[in-house]
Amino acid sequence: MSEKGWKDLAAGGKITEPGNAAQYKTGDWRTFIPDVDREKCINCLFCYLYCPDMAIEVKEDSTLGEIKLDYCKGCGICSSVCPVKCIEMKKEEK
Amino acid sequence: MNNKLIIKPLTGAAAVSEAMRQIDPDVVAAYPITPQTDIVMKFSQFVNDGKVTTEFVPVESEHSAMSACVGASAAGARAMTATASAGLALMWEILYIAASNRLPIVMPVVNRALSAPINIHCDHSDTMGARDSGWIQIYCESAQEAYDNVIAAMRIAEHEKIMLPVMVCQDGFITSHAMERVDILEDDKVKQFVGELNLPFPLLDTDNPVTYGPLDLFDYYFEHKRQQSEAISHVFEVTDKIYNEFEKISGRKYNRVETYEMEDAETAIVALNSTIGTAKDVVDTLRQKGEKVGLLFPRMFRPFPAEEIAEILARLSAVAVLDRSETFSGTGGPMLADIKSALYEKENKPVILNYIYGLGGREINPAHIEQVFSDLKEVQKGNEVEKLTYLGVRE
Repeated sequence: MSEKGWKDLAAGGKITEPGNAAQYKTGDWRTFIPDVDREKCINCLFCYLYCPDMAIEVKEDSTLGEIKLDYCKGCGICSSVCPVKCIEMKKEEK
Repeated sequence: MNNKLIIKPLTGAAAVSEAMRQIDPDVVAAYPITPQTDIVMKFSQFVNDGKVTTEFVPVESEHSAMSACVGASAAGARAMTATASAGLALMWEILYIAASNRLPIVMPVVNRALSAPINIHCDHSDTMGARDSGWIQIYCESAQEAYDNVIAAMRIAEHEKIMLPVMVCQDGFITSHAMERVDILEDDKVKQFVGELNLPFPLLDTDNPVTYGPLDLFDYYFEHKRQQSEAISHVFEVTDKIYNEFEKISGRKYNRVETYEMEDAETAIVALNSTIGTAKDVVDTLRQKGEKVGLLFPRMFRPFPAEEIAEILARLSAVAVLDRSETFSGTGGPMLADIKSALYEKENKPVILNYIYGLGGREINPAHIEQVFSDLKEVQKGNEVEKLTYLGVRE
């Protein structure tokens, strides 16, 4: 999201367009990045259910899709709840 | 001007509730606290008697009173409350939220000392403490001024360039409970003057949903504060315009900085609220004796009309700043700091004396004011005078 100057913002910090949370790319908070071992994954989708940022996609056939890195904060909850430990949190090179 | 003359004997508190009745705000949320109680008591009677259409919210604390006003104002309502002393202190957190959310709430404040020891009488510790909360502050000498300025404040607050809350202050008991002659405007005139409220982005406009008060971190908070400073920078021009309009309907002219006998004054007292009334009497007496003395009253204290005040004071030889509160900074009262700072850029500066007076309702009599002018005279003669005096305290 481009950062506006004070003259271009709604007064008092009001958000005047509803549903704009998607514009807030929380991915830039990330230090650790999830690395999924697709061979080990059993598609239980616990990671999808637990992700606080809805950053995990599910495919049409109900299997694990991509992790949307624009929003993944790297919190590691997915890795923690994974029953087969197929998600490893790795230090992200920036 | 074809004004019908309506004169009522009113206390300062009653005068303010009369103004509130005529404004007929959408929402009043208030909690009673001495000496503001009379405002809320009389206004709630108007609500009970069907004299206003206001939704009255009898909240359980001042924190809730201001919170309810914030909610109402964000919803698009014209919201008012009133408070004093500890009540204002309890609102503290929400005062900043009202100003920062740019909500044009108007709040009469009846100045009273802060605890401890507990005290119900007048000093200015309450509103002086709130001077940097982002609210506009207007001070009033009399019941008439309080009545007029509550009406004018509504328009200042709601002006599109401003959108900030306003406190209209009067002295506890001295003004709030003393009966005076007050000239009242016709109901229709006030209604017309304040006009229909049309706030931008009301929460109740469900077709255009908005969010008030979201989390605002290092990436945007600073910009929103800068907007507040910008709004403050327009307050003087807007106030001048509104005061001019108010003069047209009332015949009474107000100024950001009020002066009394200042044209050829050599020394002056700077003070707020009812003390100005006492001091005017002393100035009249001294003027009859040929002494060139005057008064300056910063009606608007926030924002502080520094340039205008400096312009007037810079040509004097000595000035006494009377503070009815103590900052405990060790350097004098709150108004002293602003007056001194205003004069810093001036080449010619008067000698400035500071008097802390009237704390907890301690009387300020003509004799005290005479003493101050006599001290200023000593300064003129080149004699040493105490720079900071606790006027009226027992040694």
